[in-house]
Parts: sequence; C-alpha cells; structure tokens
Amino acid sequence: MIRVVLPHHLRTLAKVGDEVRVDLNRSATVKSLLDALEDKYPMLRGTIREHGTLKRRPLVRFFACGEDISHESADAPLPDAIVKGDEPFFIMGAIAGG
Amino acid sequence: MSGIRILVGTRKGAFVLTSDAKRKDWKVDGPHFAGWEIYHMKGSPVNPDRIYASQTSGWFGQIIQRSSDGGKTWETPGSSPDDLKGPDGMPKGESNMFVYDGIPGTHQWYDGTQHPWEFKRVWHLEPALDHADHVYAGVEDAALFESKDGGKTWKELSGLRQHDTGPRWQPGAGGMCLHTILIDPKNQKRIFVAISAAGAFRTDDGGKTWKPINKGLHSEFMPNPTAEVGHCVHRIAMHPSKPSTLFMQKHWDVMRSDDGGDSWREVSDNLPTDFGFPIDVHAHEPETIYVVPIKSDSEHYPLEGKLRVYRSRTGGNKWEELTKGLPQKDCYVNVLRDAMSVDSLDPCGVYFGTTGGQVYASRDSGDSWEPIVRDLPAVLSVEVQTLK
Repeated sequence: MIRVVLPHHLRTLAKVGDEVRVDLNRSATVKSLLDALEDKYPMLRGTIREHGTLKRRPLVRFFACGEDISHESADAPLPDAIVKGDEPFFIMGAIAGG
Repeated sequence: MSGIRILVGTRKGAFVLTSDAKRKDWKVDGPHFAGWEIYHMKGSPVNPDRIYASQTSGWFGQIIQRSSDGGKTWETPGSSPDDLKGPDGMPKGESNMFVYDGIPGTHQWYDGTQHPWEFKRVWHLEPALDHADHVYAGVEDAALFESKDGGKTWKELSGLRQHDTGPRWQPGAGGMCLHTILIDPKNQKRIFVAISAAGAFRTDDGGKTWKPINKGLHSEFMPNPTAEVGHCVHRIAMHPSKPSTLFMQKHWDVMRSDDGGDSWREVSDNLPTDFGFPIDVHAHEPETIYVVPIKSDSEHYPLEGKLRVYRSRTGGNKWEELTKGLPQKDCYVNVLRDAMSVDSLDPCGVYFGTTGGQVYASRDSGDSWEPIVRDLPAVLSVEVQTLK
C-alpha cells in the first residue's frame, strides 16, 4: 500500500481527500505507481503525465522522502519508506506565477 | 414555466446563473471546478440538461467535464464507475486525450519561423444539433475535434489542420486558437469555423474537406493584406433562420457575408472603433446584431472608459450606442470573444461578461442593462440557455 498526496486541484478532480492509497502488485517505481494511480482514478490521465509519451508534465514535480525525484528515471525503484507506506509520495504543482 | 440558465466560464471556475422568465431575480451557483480556468461551457440543443465544459490548467492540462442535470453535478466522461465496468473495454480516462491525427506538422510562429503544432487547450465546445452525445471541440493549436460518445473519446477532423495553407497559419496574441464553430441548421454537414490568426473556413461535407473563406478581408498587419489566410478573425455569428448570412468581428473591422462566407464586405461604418471581440445576433431579428467596440489592439478596453454595446438593426453600417445601465466612466474592462450570448424570450435578452467579473443582462434587446453579478473572476465565456 503506497500513500500518495495529490495537489489540491487533482484532489478535487478525482474527488478524493488529502491522501490516496494505491496497491501495487509489482515493483514500485514512479511509472508503476502512476500507472496504478491512473487505473484507480482514470480522470487523472493526462494531468500528471502527457497522454501517449507518459512524460511528466512540465509544471508537475515528484517528491519522495524529502527529495525531489522529478528528474530521476521513472523506472528507478522507489525508496523503502514509500513502498512500506511509512512516507507518502508527493505529487506537486510547481510554484509558478502569483 | 420557462426560464434562463447562463453558463459562465471564468479564469477561476464555472458559474451557473438561473432565473425565471422575468429575468429579474438571479440565483448564482458556483464556483464549479474552483481554481481552474473554464474557457467555455455550452448546453446541447437536443437536451439542454446535457452541458459540456472545458476545464484547463497550466499545470495539469485539459479536462472535459459533462453534466446531465443542467449543471448541478458533473463528471469526466468515461471515468465513472459504470464506465469502468464496461464489458468490452469502455474507454477510460480518455476524455481529455486530444491527439492530432498523424504527424502534426508545423505552422508559422510569431517570428515567421515554423513551429510544431502542440495541443494546449479546448477553447470552444459546440454541441451538435442531431444528438446530445455529439459535440465538436475547437482547440489551440488550431484544430477541430469531434466526439460522438458524449465526450469520452475525441477524434480530429484533420482535413482542416492539414489544409495546404496550414503552414501559413499563425498565433494571435491569445494563441493559435480555433474559437468559433457554427453549424448550419439547414445542412448540418456545412460547418463554419474561425481561427486566430488564420481566418474563417467552411466545410460542406461534415468536416472532411475545408475551404478558406476570407475573400474581402483586409488585414493591414499582414505582408499581403488580402491573403487567402492569416487574418485574425475574432468571432463569427449567424442567425439560424438565415445561415448563409454571417457576421464577423475581425481584429479590426466588422464584416458581413451573404453567400456563406464566399465573400465579405465591411459594415463598420459609424462605429467609434471597429476593433473588438464578440459579435452576436438578436434571437428574433436576423438583421439585428451587437458588438462591443474596444479601443485598439494595443489597448484592450472601451474608448474613453465608457462601456458601450453597439447595435445595428440593419445588419451593419447603421450603429446605435447602448449605454443605459452600463458604466460610463472609468471602465477599463474587456469583453472576450465567447462572452456574449442571447436568449430567445420576447423581448430578446442579451448578455455579456467582462474581464472585470461582471455579467450584464438586458431584458429589452439591449435598450437597458443591469449587472447580474459584479465580482466574479475574469469572465471568459457566456452561454445562455432558454429553458422551456
């Protein structure tokens, strides 16, 4: 069970609270986590990653255990603390504009 | 009992304004999709309770929302639990998947170089006249998409974007947007669209092939002011009883065509400035039209700080200013291209929204105005539904 914290606007879009929980039956990476998240909440498709290319949208960032992992490989293993659910995986909108 | 429902898209959410047929007491419902930009909302003429909305964000991209109860509740088409239970692989979460057909190619950029076509957002949603699940979307970078399943999936009508002139289309200040879609009610295979800054186009075969219809337009900013494409058309309007007559608010100039866009002539005449964005037609008088003159392309606000709607009862050329109830000093708002609409009660109601967050209504065809709301976020679009 991985805990995911979504930015405000995606919470309202998916009609969820502060944190969602996603089951993963395969190795935990950013890609597999986002695949599972989008399976559970299809309305999030295209909002975090581009349709087709699955590239992270430019103004979206990923944080794990206090580290910005936005630029890490999407296939890199997630930290144990994320996989065990001790720490949430943060999806954030970049600070941009006023 | 009849009533009015106004769908207001703003920079920070959607609002639904409702009234009975007296049009005096208004209920304001919203914001829906708070914090998101709502470029446009429009109801189906087949089923007015079916409403489509374009919800966008610079962070999270495009979302399509749909209501089946007149705007009380909303869903992203194809993402409901019922859809996910579909036995034959019902589309999931593809309602915001606007993918150009084939290799997108390039168009002209601001500096004259070629630039790849990139989807940014849906500017305008036009529900079709034949079925509530059938809807068109005009997008930036300019292209036309169609959905026949209530917005769950979208397919580009790529004959438009792939027109030979595509590499010569260029973005206006607001981006290269397809912002106007008009369906001929007497022949639904005939559709008119307008693009900033490419011009107006027409299909007579339901969207397979397209023809630029810009003869008679004159745009000083272009190297060739009468070129086939490149004109910054801001809006086109049509009366459903007279679909071969079109009215256009161009970047500068108010224009008219009486042959389905094959040729245009200027009807600006005594307007104090012929720059502006919206143009609309009276519900019962096909020769009565409305514009909101704006000072210039460099100063997007009314002349002299006076918010004035201009009405012509002669299909152009003889314009009268309409000011009663509108601010006549220190007013520096704009009225954007999709932010004017009419109802079909008698007398005809006329409505528009401003970048200052006001929505003004006239119950008497424009003779007098009053604000329904004054302090919404900047208004991007106004669509009116007359409910039976």
